[in-house]
Amino acid sequence: MLERYLRPMWAFVFRDWHLTRRYMSWVAVFVFYAIVNSATIALIGKAQDDFRLTLTLLLGVLLWSFLSAMYNEIANSISYERWEGTLEYTFMAPVSRLVHLTGVSLFAIIFSVFRTIVILVGLVLFIQVSVSGANLLGVLVVLLVASLAFMGLGLMAAILPVMSPENGAQATNIFQGILLLVSGIYYPVNVLPSWVQPLAYLSPATYALEACRKLMGINHPDSTPDKLVGAPLSSVLPELGILLLMGVVLIPLGLLVFHTAEQWAKRTGKLKRTG
Amino acid sequence: MLTLKPTQTQLAIEVSELKKVFRKRDGLRAPLKEEWALKGVSFQVREGETYGLLGPNGSGKSTLIRILSTLLTADGGTVRMLGYRLPEDEARLRRKMGRVSVDAAFYKKLSPRENLLYAAQLYGLEPRQAEKRAMQILEQLGLESRRFSDPIEEMSRGMQQKISIARALLINPPLLLLDEPTTGLDPKSRRDVQAFLEDLRAREGTTILLTTHDMAEAERLAHRIGFLAHGRLVAEGTAEELKRLAGTPDLEEAFIALTGEELDEEAGGL
Repeated sequence: MLERYLRPMWAFVFRDWHLTRRYMSWVAVFVFYAIVNSATIALIGKAQDDFRLTLTLLLGVLLWSFLSAMYNEIANSISYERWEGTLEYTFMAPVSRLVHLTGVSLFAIIFSVFRTIVILVGLVLFIQVSVSGANLLGVLVVLLVASLAFMGLGLMAAILPVMSPENGAQATNIFQGILLLVSGIYYPVNVLPSWVQPLAYLSPATYALEACRKLMGINHPDSTPDKLVGAPLSSVLPELGILLLMGVVLIPLGLLVFHTAEQWAKRTGKLKRTG
Repeated sequence: MLTLKPTQTQLAIEVSELKKVFRKRDGLRAPLKEEWALKGVSFQVREGETYGLLGPNGSGKSTLIRILSTLLTADGGTVRMLGYRLPEDEARLRRKMGRVSVDAAFYKKLSPRENLLYAAQLYGLEPRQAEKRAMQILEQLGLESRRFSDPIEEMSRGMQQKISIARALLINPPLLLLDEPTTGLDPKSRRDVQAFLEDLRAREGTTILLTTHDMAEAERLAHRIGFLAHGRLVAEGTAEELKRLAGTPDLEEAFIALTGEELDEEAGGL
């Protein structure tokens, strides 16, 4: 168990941590930019003197920041290996794709949680918004459950750099952009064109947002700018159930799609075709 | 093919009629072009033997190594290594072989220590034991221990290649696939690597499949040599046998005589 699964899985966390450590100045710049970007969005609500709008935007920006950071880490893990030239070594290691991608995802989740907490603290200090009374622990639970579904989506997107060394990394952004558009991160889904709206129900971000808005008490009639009335975790069980189900379906599906792409790449020589 | 068969029956590698074709389309409407990298290659390597594959760029050496490394799927033929068949037993085989390629592929921002500990954990090794072994190998290869924590990007290609060898040997594999391991190295690093491989073979009895451009290296390290040209193995035997077969005094001339090609010829990489 330790030798075959846990240690190899930890190897990816070990590697990604040390790579992140070496690029710490980049991480600091990106987090700073994320705080500034989030603040400019949340300040739109502040300008309207509407704490519900401010919190809706704040939540949207944080949730998207978390999910997109995690998705990017997973989806681009193959691109990073292509740039480094290490892809063949990873693929010839005696590690199942499940262990490999779970290790990559584990670091992505830890990193994204940490990054989101830093952004949240930065935002709360900067735009002077109160989250007192919000069920933040419940929000964290929703984020972790939503991570499973996003991990599945990340796995599917990660095949793009396997299939196309030149364009795959860029194509993962299209996938991410569609999720951002249809999930109603900053606006209600019903403002989308009617033919796009059904897609919102296929995005895990839609359910994660819905649950987090309840847990924060954003739309609760008794919430005030100084004291929110956050819902208990039990009130978002339906959303958690859907997110869990999405994770249970999307992770094996992601692995299957990845396996199929890997076999294709090995037949066509796309892992590397020179030398 | 001109061939001189191995005499022992304990085989580590058995490759039979191996074929690989790459298909490519130049533009959407263009017809699919086929490029045969391997056209039915067969050879065998005994346990503990070092087998050298000599061929110019584009002869199919790297394609062959990639198939044996489980990174490419063959389009025909069979491969059996250490008693395992490819691709069916690839998961078990991966635990028993190491590979060193011409480009020392590492996370360049990480140190040798971090890269090797990552590789060790990937193979399920206990990190402290693996670190000890890695240090031993690197010291044998002449790398100064004070450099173990520097980023690899700050190291010369020779040093990187030595770390690459240490990585392949962390698991003490019975089979080692070396794809031009000394190409681009300075003479001192080249000699260090060659001496280390000789010592390794004598100490551990490791089976080595080595591809190279370097005639002197092939003569020094390989028990037997195969000449690969245009995806075919055109001749194989010991260096002396090949020279005798071609009626030439040195191996390079034997290669030219038997394949009709120059070794330094630049061709499309396959």
